[in-house]
Amino acid sequence: MAEESKPREEARAGRAPHRVVLATLRNYWRGLTTMRTALVLLFLLALASVPGALLPQRSVAPELVVDYYNDNPRLAPLLDRLSMFDVFGSVWFAAIYVLLFTSLVGCVVPRCAEFVRQLRARPVLTPRNLDRLPHHHRAETDASPQEVVDHARTVLKGWRVAEREEDGGVRTLSAERGYLREAGNLVFHTAMLGLLVAFALGELFGYEGQTIVRADGQEFCNSGIYNYDSFNAGISVDGTHLNPFCVRVDGFRAEHLPTGQALQYHADLSYQVGDALETGEWSQHELQVNHPLRTGSDRVYLLGHGYAPRFTVTFPNGEERVGTTQWRPVELQTMLSEGATKFDPPDTPDQEERHRNQLAITGLLAPTPAYDGSLLTSRFPALNEPAVAVDILRGNLGNDSGRGQSIFEVDQEMVDAGLLERVARENLSVGEELELDDGTVIRFDGVDDWVSLQVSHDPAQIWVLVASIAVLLGLSLSLGIKRRRIWVRATPAGPDGPGGRTVVRIGGLARTDQAGYGEEFTRLAAELEPAGRSEPPADPEPASARVHGKDT
Amino acid sequence: MPVNETLSVYSDLCYAAALAVFMLGLLLHAAEYGFTRKPRQRAAAPAAGAAGGGVATLDPSEEDLPEGAARAGTRDRRPLAARLGRMGVALTVLAAALQLASLVLRGLATSRIPWGNMYEYIAALCLAAVVAWLVVLRRHPVREIAVFVLLPVVILYFVAGTFLYAEAAPLVPSLRSYWIIIHVSAAIVGSGILLVSGMGAVAYLIKSAHERRPERFRNLGAKLPDLAALDRLAYRTAVFAFPILTFGIICGAIWAEAAWGRFWGWDPKETVAFISWVVYAGYLHARATTGWRGVPAAWINVIGFATVVFNLFFVNLVVAGLHSYAGVG
Ligand code: HEM
Repeated sequence: MAEESKPREEARAGRAPHRVVLATLRNYWRGLTTMRTALVLLFLLALASVPGALLPQRSVAPELVVDYYNDNPRLAPLLDRLSMFDVFGSVWFAAIYVLLFTSLVGCVVPRCAEFVRQLRARPVLTPRNLDRLPHHHRAETDASPQEVVDHARTVLKGWRVAEREEDGGVRTLSAERGYLREAGNLVFHTAMLGLLVAFALGELFGYEGQTIVRADGQEFCNSGIYNYDSFNAGISVDGTHLNPFCVRVDGFRAEHLPTGQALQYHADLSYQVGDALETGEWSQHELQVNHPLRTGSDRVYLLGHGYAPRFTVTFPNGEERVGTTQWRPVELQTMLSEGATKFDPPDTPDQEERHRNQLAITGLLAPTPAYDGSLLTSRFPALNEPAVAVDILRGNLGNDSGRGQSIFEVDQEMVDAGLLERVARENLSVGEELELDDGTVIRFDGVDDWVSLQVSHDPAQIWVLVASIAVLLGLSLSLGIKRRRIWVRATPAGPDGPGGRTVVRIGGLARTDQAGYGEEFTRLAAELEPAGRSEPPADPEPASARVHGKDT
Repeated sequence: MPVNETLSVYSDLCYAAALAVFMLGLLLHAAEYGFTRKPRQRAAAPAAGAAGGGVATLDPSEEDLPEGAARAGTRDRRPLAARLGRMGVALTVLAAALQLASLVLRGLATSRIPWGNMYEYIAALCLAAVVAWLVVLRRHPVREIAVFVLLPVVILYFVAGTFLYAEAAPLVPSLRSYWIIIHVSAAIVGSGILLVSGMGAVAYLIKSAHERRPERFRNLGAKLPDLAALDRLAYRTAVFAFPILTFGIICGAIWAEAAWGRFWGWDPKETVAFISWVVYAGYLHARATTGWRGVPAAWINVIGFATVVFNLFFVNLVVAGLHSYAGVG
């Protein structure tokens, strides 16, 4: 508030209004670029991220947000209005980091200028009274002042030094070291900005899509977002200019421990990019967790796998249909899976009749079955004589109803409305079949593997990496290097120089991290002092530092 | 890759032995503390320390003290107490050796890096904290806070060895990457050092509360090292750990890019790591901002460590995320 009063006074003094506005803005700007403001904004940033960790986030786990809605029907909409489920895309989160980074720019730009000025300038004048400095030392020598200073120069190799003359033949040397600290600090802060920009570019131009592909030679092409089961695109991605490439999953293998714990998954991939799309040549890649396929600026990842039971339905008219729909694992340890494989009756143009005779095979699939009575469970995740426990439903599947259909379930509303009825329930091993009352025969033929793949595209991620490395380097320099100043003043024998000898006074100041300069200073002072009698160091280090310095 | 059961059993034995030795060491440190006479109060230092928030090594009032008086301030101790303290340190060294043996044996038993689940991670973290503490002890005479540092370590080590214990087993596929060596060890070392830093900050807060109102923490406060020393300990360790933490987070992002298809996705673990990082950045800034030095900075350090612990327990055990490798339950 105090900062606002100044422009008002100026206004009263009859300044033009735009000046007042400018002055006010300037004051806000000054306020924004102080360390204190940066500190507060840093805390706001940390605080604002907390709901992002505690509440489910849409971008991470949309299904958990739905669960949260179901569990907290009154609270959830309120939280949603505050973007609590999209914290990191919310306006208020953006407001904080934009302010923080504005503050950062306002802070770093002048500091860069100041740093350049310092680099050009000579180390600062030697203070008049070196005995007042936190670290100081006094000695006498027979060497001349010039010799003292020359000697000091050789000792202070690697320091920036400036030699000066004072009245009465007094020579001084100012030395400073550790400029890299500030350089590192500036690199660090600038790299933070770069990091943010690169991150933002990735959000704008990147995309990520998931798809499930059967591991029996099925192909997937990155030709449009409709080929994906789910697709998250940056704002500037409309899905029309995806990098074209195709992958084919030729096989899948999982290794397990006897306990059922998975050791490694392998998917045998063939792929085509660029010219190969024209020539039809396939390249090979073994896809594993942690070993994505990298093609140009796209990456293909193996996210998971599962089973797709293969059923053959022979309709009463003798026609056969084969269905291989992926079922989803319900127990990761044993890969017990559930799902629904759906069939339309053949040659049934009549809608009503079709709606009486659609079929769904739902239930459980056990890759290595175990029976608890007739209840099917799974003992092991790998396919050893797989079995299914299925319900056959007949009637209207509801896929013309306009409602979205899950591929893993039948439409429960159709069941509740009595439009979809169970007509059989059976446990089947591979090769076994069952017959429905109308003569339809359903045979369980075996199980295929499927893999879920993710395609990711982020043209800016390499710049995020570069910026991160710069952040780390800058940080290490800025925290690891110490800035120190040291001054030497050699006063010749004379009216104020006792006994015809040169008096050498040495003073030191740590510009950052004072602690620990004491020992270093004592050592340096001893080296700086040319041969000759000297008094013991008056007080090389403040008392507290001495007490807690060397101790046995 | 079968697990070598014998080695695994020896690893567990070393673990139990380390825990026992630890507890004994802690007991000795507590006894040292009990037998320490309250130091004579220095006239000038407390007031100056409280006002300057403890970073004021330039404080002229301290400079004026003759050497002997300053020494008497914190070093006046019955030999018995000092002996107990030394024995405590010796036991801590022994415990660290046993911890190391336990970890190495588990690595040999499973033929892999021994930090693939929460039990192993915490065991390694405790080792890092203890080593950091022993290194600190060589440079800063702050044995008075041994109880502060070792108590949380012993608790963590106990909790890991009991509630979070996991049988030796090979890694799950998502952890099969050399990045586990780099990323997780950076996290372990960083967090271990930050534990020491955070406990130094806790001691700082107690000490400064005592100096402002001597009737608070009357015994404890008087026996702690002075504020400047505690501040220096907390700051030095944090400054050392922060780049390691940063490096760990960056390596985590590189690994995430290879494993999950994106380098950053605001997964709960990532989010809390981000929060910790920002809080520690705040700590370093606070130490350079007038009005924030001393007590506020120490609080920020403590909050920073609280977020690290929160990330370890809450995010592993309560929130389900991509990082659910804990192997618990
Ligand atoms: C994204 C936001 C920021 C982050 C994550 C950040 C992080 C850091 C870190 C980790 C340090 C420690 C390095 C050191 O102590 O030398 C540091 C130092 C510093 N930062 Fe920032 N910073 C941010 C924004 C700012 C802003 C906006 C300002 C200016 C108002 C600023 C000014 C400084 C200064 C002056 C130092 C040096 C302090 C010292 O040398 O002790 N920072 N920053």
